[in-house]
Parts: sequence; C-alpha cells; structure tokens
Amino acid sequence: MSMTPDVVGQNEDQTKLRIRRIIAYVVLVILVFLSLFPFYLLIINATRGKVQNGLQFFPSGNLINNIKNLFGAQSKSLYGNIWSSFGYSFVISTLSCACSVYFSALTAYAIHVYNFKLKNAVFTFILLIMMVPTQSSAIGFYRMMIKWKLTDSLIPLIVPAVAAPAVFFFMKQYMDSALPLEIVEASRMDGCGEFRTFNTIVLPILKPAFAVQGIFSFVSAWNNYFMPRMILQNKKTIPLVLQTMKANIQGNPQVAHQGIMYTYMVLAILPVVIVYLALSKFIIRGIALGSVKG
Amino acid sequence: MKKKGISQDYWGYIFLIPFFLVYFVFSMWPLIQTFIFAFKEYYVDTGSISIFSKGDRIVDNGFCALGNFKAVMGSDGEFFRTLKNTVVVWLLGFIPQIILSLLLAVWFTDLRLKIKAQGFFKTVIYLPNVIMASAISLLFFLLFTKGGALYQIMQTKEGESLLTTVWGMRGIIGFINFIMWYGNTTILLMAAIMGIDPSLYESSQIDGANPTQTFWKITIPHIKPILSFVLITSMIGGLQTYDVPALLAGDFGNPKGSVKTLVMVIQTGKDSNIGQTAAVSVLIFIISAVLGFIAFNTMNERPVKKKKKNQKLVSAYPTAKKQQSSSRPAKG
Repeated sequence: MSMTPDVVGQNEDQTKLRIRRIIAYVVLVILVFLSLFPFYLLIINATRGKVQNGLQFFPSGNLINNIKNLFGAQSKSLYGNIWSSFGYSFVISTLSCACSVYFSALTAYAIHVYNFKLKNAVFTFILLIMMVPTQSSAIGFYRMMIKWKLTDSLIPLIVPAVAAPAVFFFMKQYMDSALPLEIVEASRMDGCGEFRTFNTIVLPILKPAFAVQGIFSFVSAWNNYFMPRMILQNKKTIPLVLQTMKANIQGNPQVAHQGIMYTYMVLAILPVVIVYLALSKFIIRGIALGSVKG
Repeated sequence: MKKKGISQDYWGYIFLIPFFLVYFVFSMWPLIQTFIFAFKEYYVDTGSISIFSKGDRIVDNGFCALGNFKAVMGSDGEFFRTLKNTVVVWLLGFIPQIILSLLLAVWFTDLRLKIKAQGFFKTVIYLPNVIMASAISLLFFLLFTKGGALYQIMQTKEGESLLTTVWGMRGIIGFINFIMWYGNTTILLMAAIMGIDPSLYESSQIDGANPTQTFWKITIPHIKPILSFVLITSMIGGLQTYDVPALLAGDFGNPKGSVKTLVMVIQTGKDSNIGQTAAVSVLIFIISAVLGFIAFNTMNERPVKKKKKNQKLVSAYPTAKKQQSSSRPAKG
C-alpha cells in the first residue's frame, strides 16, 4: 500500500508546513489588530480632551468629564437630546425586532404546517420579494408617509418590520429541521386551538432561531441610518445624532469637542458589542446557516 | 385516527394576514407608487419649500413617458455618475475582501495547518460587522479631518487630507466596507469548504499535491456556487451602499460628488424632483432584479432552497460529484 509516499511527503513538507503556519498566524494577528484597532481608538479617544492631535495609545483621564458633558446642557443644544436619542433607538430597535421575529415565525408556521391551495405560490412570492431592496421603494414610501402625516413618527420605522422575508426564510428553514408536525398534531388532539398551539407549544421550540434572528434584526435597526434619515425630522436616533456631530465639527471645528463625540460613539456601540460577545457562538453559526446580507 | 373532522388548513391563510397586509401597504404599494412617479413629471416646487411646508407645493404635470429616465441617464443626469461611484467603491472593498476571505477560509479549514483559537479569530473578524457603520464613519472622519489625530501624518499637500481627495475618500470608504464584511465572507466560504469531502484532500496529499494545487484544483471548483453567490449578494449589498459614504462624505458625496452612490440620490432627491428620483429607484430595482435572477440561477438545482446552500449545494453540484467519485479509486 501507499504508506511510503505519505511518510516521505510529510517529511518533505515539515519545514514548509511550519513556514505556512507562521505566515498564517502572522496574517491572523495583523487582522485581529486591524479589526480591533477602531474600537481601541474609540475607547482611548473617549478618555481624551477636546482637541486631539496625533494618536495616543494609553488612556487619559477625561472620561468622566466627557460623560458628564455629553449629557449636559451644551451638547444638548449642539446635538439634540442625547438621552432621547438612546430612547428612540431603543424603542425602534426593540419593537421592530419583536415584530419581525414573531410575525416571520407566524408566517413560516403557516407555510410549514398547513396545506392550502396557494401555499407554494405564497412561498415563491416571498422568496422573490426577498430580492427587492427596500431602497427602491423608499421614495414612494416617503411620499406616502407625508400624505399620511406620519413623518417624524416612529410607526414607519417599526411596523414594516412585520414583513421581513429574510427572517421568514430563516424561520422556515429552522422549522424544517426542528419542528416535527407530530407535535402540532398532538397538541391538536389535546384540544389546543391553532393560535394557542403556535404561541405556547411552537414558540418555545423556536427559541434558538429567535435568538439569532432577534439579534440580527435588533442590530440592523439600531444601526440603520437610511430610513430614520428619510422619515424623522425633529426626533433623532443615534446615527442621526452622529450625523449632527459630523456636521458640527465640519462647520465649526473650534466649538466641537472631540472627546465628547468619541464618548457618545462608545456608548452607541457598547450594547451591541456586549450582546455580540456574549452570544458570538450562536451568531457565527447563524451566519453560516444563511442570513446573508450585503 | 384517519378521520380528521374539520380541516384546520384555513388557519394557514389567517396566519399569513399580518405579513401580507403589512407587505402590501408598506412595501408593495410604495413600490407601485414609485413606478408611477417614474413616468410622471412630478416635482416639489423648490421655490417655496421649507421643512414645515413639505408636501404642500407639489407640481404634477402627468404622464411624461420616458422623460425622467432620459433626464437621469442623460449627460446631465446623475445615474451613470453615481452608478460608477457605487461600483468603484464596491470594488475597492470587495477585491481585498474576497482574496483575504478565501485565504482565511482555506487556512481555517486546512487539516494539516491546525489553526488554534479559531473561535476567537472568528469572533474578532466578524466583530466590525455588528458595529454601527455611521460610528465607524464618524471615527474615520474625526481621524482624518483637519485637526484630527491622523491629519498631519496623512497630509500630502498643504491643506489637503485624505478626505478632500477623490481617491483618498474612495479608499477610506472601500476600506471600511472591507473591514466590515470580510469576516462575514470568511465564515460563508468556510462553511462551503467544510462541505467538501475530506477524502479528496487526503488523496490529493497522498498523490503529492502541494497546497496551491489543492486550492486551485479542489477547493475552488467545489465552492464555485458559493463563490458566485457571495459575489452576487455582495453586489446587491454594494448597490445599496449608503451609510458610510453618506456620513463620511455628506449627502452630496464630496469631494466633487465622487462618492455619491445611487441610493444617496434617493435621499437628496426625495423633496425635489420626485419623478427623476423615482426613475433612479426603478433603475436600482431593475439592476437588483437582474442580479437576483442570476443569483437564483447560480443556485440552479434547487432555486427554492437557495439559502440552504452550504453542504447541499456542494453535493448538488454535478461536476463536484463526478470529481468526487472519479477521484476516489485513485486513492487506493
């Protein structure tokens, strides 16, 4: 048998393999550095003062002051109410995330469990609309919201999340692998109503899928800049405050306090980073399972 | 047992109501409206516009055939210019991204390399993806703007920074897109490579193939469907590029409008020439429809199960199967 070529090949390769391994680790370390560098800079710069020249690799002592000033009167007059920006972002993200996972699961359940005439047509239709970018209907959406006097309201940023084709697709796939119809049958036998079956029997089974898709929906709503920019006028979500800050430093660099801006950015990304680090295992598995974006 | 009583299947329709109601009201109807606007001479009279009088003075001169399309695609129109910007910015992010992601995916899955701490590396390289793009953009703006931390280091000419030169700005945006998405692509490609039959690699090693040969002869042909899927979804994503350039370069994509992307046209035109803005939206719709159609076809065997791609597609890909079976006897 071919024992010899294998052994010989390995001997030959040993140094080459070592070199390859070293290169791989070096590249990986550089990438880790590159990926973490922005965060490191944000955190360090949040501890620095008003004008920041040159990079600095160790924290200074201005963090507490920056936080105080961030929520103080002056930054309110410059950038708008900081507290309410967190409030709006939180309300929009939480509600739209809840809407999208719950109703997507409900829609997927309808396709998964029941047999009705239009079932396949509906399924294909949802797959097709998954390809339509929201931006292409944005102008019609915006004009409609003006007509309905819903600009500067949170409703247009929350309710459309009920129809989220990509989340639906993930839920449907999860049900294919984790929701046997026998469970539904059994609960029917016990006289449980259809809607109650979904809420009390099926939802707990879907928990892992809810976790993954919930995080994705929350994060994308939290980070969304396009839609709030289009709809909101006086209310400000976090990305809109960031935009105000940018306009401020561009137009009036003498007044702008860089330390405060960095502090705000750190606070803006902190919740998402914490949740991500806590659940990164699930999330990374979720990506490979097929929540493809951009 | 067989006797079923009354069928419960009508519940399927009931459960579909919320999704479709919301979809038709908030997506389908606006899309139809957008198409209608695109064929109308329809604009806001900017002479008297203020934030408080939005929607007041809309001029609607009715059907104008392809007038709006001609205007936006003409030499004064924004379509081709912004399309070019969008493509350039996308390419600047995508090319380094796909090369690096392929490399990382191969290393992570290499049986002999045995990279340790993979969980850590994956967590870190995906991390930039969950961060607010607008925050990363503002960070880069603050670093490179006049008086910013890196302004002096990167200054080439007096009074000039990366943010005021065309390719400097494009480069920064490309870099941000790259750093945000390479982790995602790596994880997708890894899943694809792990779906390849490991005995293929073993036999190729016994036959004395070196890593480069294994990469081009085994890995690439087997992950082709996923590669094209990654390419097309990235194109569709690139077409929607908005957050980074809009925050970093402002609504008009300065310097010289060189990073104004297609979607930014919608934002800047929403209160001026609605008809032309709608025409751009329709063109975005058409491009993504074409890309989406190609994506559907790349997943040829079972377009319906498109997203269940990883292992299934590799095995559904006929050439891959042939290669597997033909190379097996050679192993002994």
